[in-house]
Formats: sequence, C-alpha cells, structure tokens
Amino acid sequence: MEQELKVKIESLIKSEKVFLFMKGTPEMPQCGFSAGVVSTLKQQGISFGSFNVLSDMKIREGIKEYTNWPTIPQLYINGEFVGGHDITVQMAQSGELKKKVG
Amino acid sequence: MTIPEIQKKIEEGLPGSKVEILDPYRDGVHIKAVVTYNGFVGKGLIEQHRMVYATLKEELKEEIHALALETRSE
Repeated sequence: MEQELKVKIESLIKSEKVFLFMKGTPEMPQCGFSAGVVSTLKQQGISFGSFNVLSDMKIREGIKEYTNWPTIPQLYINGEFVGGHDITVQMAQSGELKKKVG
Repeated sequence: MTIPEIQKKIEEGLPGSKVEILDPYRDGVHIKAVVTYNGFVGKGLIEQHRMVYATLKEELKEEIHALALETRSE
C-alpha cells in the first residue's frame, strides 16, 4: 500500500474518537448497512466523524486492505478497528459499544 | 452466485461448520449467513468474521452485494 494513502487513512481514523468509513453521508447513507451503523450510533448518543468512501475510490479500496476487512462500513474507536455493521449492532445491544467509547 | 453456492463455499472453507443462509427480503441479494463453527472458540468477533470472509474472498469483491453475518460456536 502506498505510504501517502496509508498516512491519509490513519489521519482520518485518528481525526475523531469514533470514526466511520461508510457509503454516503450520515444524512444520506447510500447503503443499508451504512445506514444501520449510523442509526445505531445515533441511538446510543455517540457522536462520530465519517468519510464517504464513494467519493474516493483509492480510500474505498485502501481501507479494505489497511484493515484486512473486505466490506464497508467500518467503525473505529480510539484508532482501533471495531467491526462492520453486524459487530457494531451486536456490541450496541450488549452495552459494550458505549463502554468502549467511554 | 446462488445461495447454495455461498453456503457450500463457507462450509468447505470452515470444515465441520454448520451454515444457514437466510434471505429475509426474498431477493437473493441481501442475505444473512448464520455460521456455527467450533473453530470460533476463543476468538474475538472480528477474527470470527474474518474467517468467514476469507472463504468468500473473491466473491466479496464483485458478486456478493450484501452479506450479513452471525457467528457462534456450539
């Protein structure tokens, strides 16, 4: 992976405590799973930053390689990869998500 | 890719696993795989999902539009 791309991805991940790579924007998600994570975070009262991977093909492919995770959305907390849609929902249900955000 | 093909790929990739594919919208596109596999024991959720994704490496690039996952061990 190109160094420049890696640096860009890492600076995004670290730009907010909770950061989401998604398809579309929180206001207008472009995929059901992205919409699902956004509504889960909102329900939990968790504020987050986000990046629309549909706006940048390099990031869209790069983030999959960076995390070794083949799908989007991808959620990061404190710079650490947390999971995709299913894991996020499961963690919200168990209360683990809020604990992780602190 | 058909639902039985996806099921077969996961079962072959994780020998001994039990895979149930759900098609809640009956559209053959937004599908969910429930995977029960003893190899998940002691592994975190991220790792469990990665193990399933690894069996569908090529398919996830193009053919599979939306795959929800639920993983558990017996």
